[in-house]
Amino acid sequence: MTLRDDWEMVVGLEVHTELKTNTKMFCGCANAFGAAPNTNVCPVCLGLPGSLPVLNVRAVELAMAIGTALHSTISPSTFHRKNYFYPDMPKDFQISQYDLPINAGGYLDLPDGSRVSIERAHLEEDTGKSTHLGGSGRIHGADRSLVDYNRSGVPLVEIVSGPDIRSSAQARTYAAELRGILIATGASDGRMEEGSMRIDANVSVRHSGDALGTRCEIKNLNSLRSLVRAIDFEAARQVELLEGGATVRQETRHWDENLGATSTMRVKEEADDYRYFREPDLVDLVPDQAWQDRVRDALKPMPAERRAVLTQRLQDPAPALLDALEVVIDLGLDPYVIAALDAAVAPDLALARAANEIASDLEHVENLSIESYVATLNMEQSGALSATQAKTVLGEILANGGEPALIAQSKGFERLASGALGEVVAQLIEENPDEWSRYSAGDEKLAQFFIGQVMKLTKGQANGKDVIAELQARR
Amino acid sequence: MKSVRQTALDVQHGDASALSVLEESLARIRARNEELNVFLYVDEEGARAAANAIDERVARGENVGALAGVPVALKDNLCQTNIPTTCSSKILEGWRPPYSATVVDRLVVAGAVPVGKTNLDEFAMGSSTENSAFGPTRNPLDTSRVPGGSSGGSAAAVAADMTPLALGSDTGGSIRQPAALCGLIGVKPSYGLVSRYGLIAFASSLDQIGPLTKTVTDAAMALEVIAGHDPLDSTSLPEPSPSLVAHVEDGVAGKRVGVVRELIDGADEEVVAAVERAVEVLKEAGATIVELSVPEFRLGLSAYYLIAPAEASSNLARFDGVRYGLRVDAEDVTAMMEATRTAGFGDEVKRRIMLGTYALSAGYYDAYYGQALKVRTLTIDAFRRAYQEADVLLGATTPSVAFEFGSKTADPMAMYLSDVFTIPSNLSGEPAISIPFGIGEAGLPIGVQLLGPGRSEAQLFAGARVLEIADGRP
Repeated sequence: MTLRDDWEMVVGLEVHTELKTNTKMFCGCANAFGAAPNTNVCPVCLGLPGSLPVLNVRAVELAMAIGTALHSTISPSTFHRKNYFYPDMPKDFQISQYDLPINAGGYLDLPDGSRVSIERAHLEEDTGKSTHLGGSGRIHGADRSLVDYNRSGVPLVEIVSGPDIRSSAQARTYAAELRGILIATGASDGRMEEGSMRIDANVSVRHSGDALGTRCEIKNLNSLRSLVRAIDFEAARQVELLEGGATVRQETRHWDENLGATSTMRVKEEADDYRYFREPDLVDLVPDQAWQDRVRDALKPMPAERRAVLTQRLQDPAPALLDALEVVIDLGLDPYVIAALDAAVAPDLALARAANEIASDLEHVENLSIESYVATLNMEQSGALSATQAKTVLGEILANGGEPALIAQSKGFERLASGALGEVVAQLIEENPDEWSRYSAGDEKLAQFFIGQVMKLTKGQANGKDVIAELQARR
Repeated sequence: MKSVRQTALDVQHGDASALSVLEESLARIRARNEELNVFLYVDEEGARAAANAIDERVARGENVGALAGVPVALKDNLCQTNIPTTCSSKILEGWRPPYSATVVDRLVVAGAVPVGKTNLDEFAMGSSTENSAFGPTRNPLDTSRVPGGSSGGSAAAVAADMTPLALGSDTGGSIRQPAALCGLIGVKPSYGLVSRYGLIAFASSLDQIGPLTKTVTDAAMALEVIAGHDPLDSTSLPEPSPSLVAHVEDGVAGKRVGVVRELIDGADEEVVAAVERAVEVLKEAGATIVELSVPEFRLGLSAYYLIAPAEASSNLARFDGVRYGLRVDAEDVTAMMEATRTAGFGDEVKRRIMLGTYALSAGYYDAYYGQALKVRTLTIDAFRRAYQEADVLLGATTPSVAFEFGSKTADPMAMYLSDVFTIPSNLSGEPAISIPFGIGEAGLPIGVQLLGPGRSEAQLFAGARVLEIADGRP
């Protein structure tokens, strides 16, 4: 969406990503999504009196990996306490970083050629999760509130962009590219639907060239779609206010996905004084050069580089392939696609099976070797497997591992010998004289009818091209 | 009761059973606890089980540890699994920690027998144990007087011969001041020497756990057991426990003792006289005496009363009624938190939370908390300069002997001044020890204080031992 007249929106994003560590940031509890409430907890992450935090080194490494990928300066840093009362925060303060974040500065180049500056990417701990029952569903006026502390103390990195974004589309591109980077660094699984990546958007509007306008912060956007809709709504709301002669009040706003609107959450004037001060229970964090080098050396290629390589291999990919290409880059599946292209698999097939079949079972991707992927696609391309059969084989390997040829054999996915196919076709012609006479008269649409019937009788073992050859031979 | 050292030897050699030692301790507690209000909770059953287990191990010929069978009193801000832990506050009513402090685990591994939890000023905020929600503790040496604080219960337990060893915590003098007022040895170790894991925090950057005993050797034995790196405390020094008992008899010959004017000025005459006698004793023992002035120490009290409340305002935020302890129901969660904290905290705790919140607030941070941090840095630098001229520093522990109940409760500033000589060591994170040295006019003990640079505990114990012998306790 573009704003009317010469209005320009100015957007900065704060992206919170949960780090994919085995344990929490300051204790040995499992960092796992989906466990029964309050089962992954201990004195430390429950903030019991007398307990003390001990920093998870793996969380620091992942934060450094993110910073390295974003061209940040990794600096000696400290932890601070951010003090405020909230029932899902067991200590009633959050351990975060303040004036000395581990990653300072940096930038992210987007596929469209634009550059968004990064102000900082700092470490902090997550809070528990509240569920408010009855009343409004928000904390005030609820009949009863339940708190699950499994998420309390999960390590987070907050990545703060500069106010460089000028459209909701660019915000989306930035968030998607950042998500790809987080996945590539191994820092996050990028699953927005599970809350492992959450976005706050700072939005203001101005006439191009003017000073920055008053901004509003929209909290907790948890899908790219919400991000785009919320920014567009908010920018339009502000333009309407200003054009009506009113002013924008600096405040924190809540996005309601169902209403498609933002509403006031709290006004900035009452704003919270977090009384930040150095966390006395932790020591300074000073990663030495050797450690920084090890993190840098272990980094895998980032999405931009991999996108460039794959795009070049596809030689000007058709527009229809671009979505699949983005999925493949996002999820780091490009090695599969490139190996398939090397083995002369058609680009659309090489992309589609990765972007659909592998992507749908990403958790088990390690079960599928690149060789098996290429072998399966070769069998499909040569006609030895139908498309349905090839998808089944890939699904089976992802779920349980195994060799494509053996799986195809064990499932009885052998190509019908032409004699057997001929018998099936002959039988169908006999049973469907009307359809056959129309096909014989040149109605090519009827080919699909016969293919469907053949597939039904052969349980998908036939190859569509072979069926057409049989039909044409009998016309 | 016998000393820590003698008790452990008797139990190790089978000359006394841990159970008989414990029964003596429990009998003494029963005899005077009602009068003195020392223990908030006595775990007779758990202690007997522990003592029996030690006796069985002795019978099997096993090594039962350095503190075998020694009954120990724990200040009630130290967590012990499933034992009520209150910090002398109503807000922790009914809470039983699911874990033990590292120091408690280490005591138990060394064969000590925790007998119960002692009274303190609520959340360790105070200098007389009058701020306890469960009533004041009386000084066993004169029940019309306070035992000092905040570790007043722990000091009284040892002074009343209920246990030969107690642990306290020292944030601004809370071990040394009651040790002085009750005629005991009290040690505030170097910051990081003893793990704070399981100590309910008052001011995290100042808190240290330490022993209260009747003899220097007993204190050294206990500190050896509880000191040493703990991976559960990030501020714990990455070193094993130092050798201390072996150095107790090292003496002070050739050492330079700095007598610091600011650690004496303002003290009662009899206290000044005691410090002067201590100077003579150390000189005779071969030390060189250096007169020093460290004006920065005068700023310590003001800095302390900003830094400690600031940290406390954050440390005590978690007592909100949501997860444990007291909950006063109200119409929504914010109102519940307010009602709970209003009902649960005493006046002194509220006063310090408000002070600390104010000191950290936007617009005031630089003038108060930020300024206090600068003074803290000045204090650390001043100590460093002093230690270029002296190996240890000497001064009074407190301005006066034990004072009477109510004499300072109306005036918080007068109470705060009790800590004026002890606070600098907390700000610098360096060790200090209080040793009873002489008796004042009212027949009450006087404490003198030895201070040293970081990790110089062995040297402090050696100096304290010289004073102990000279004071008639060979």
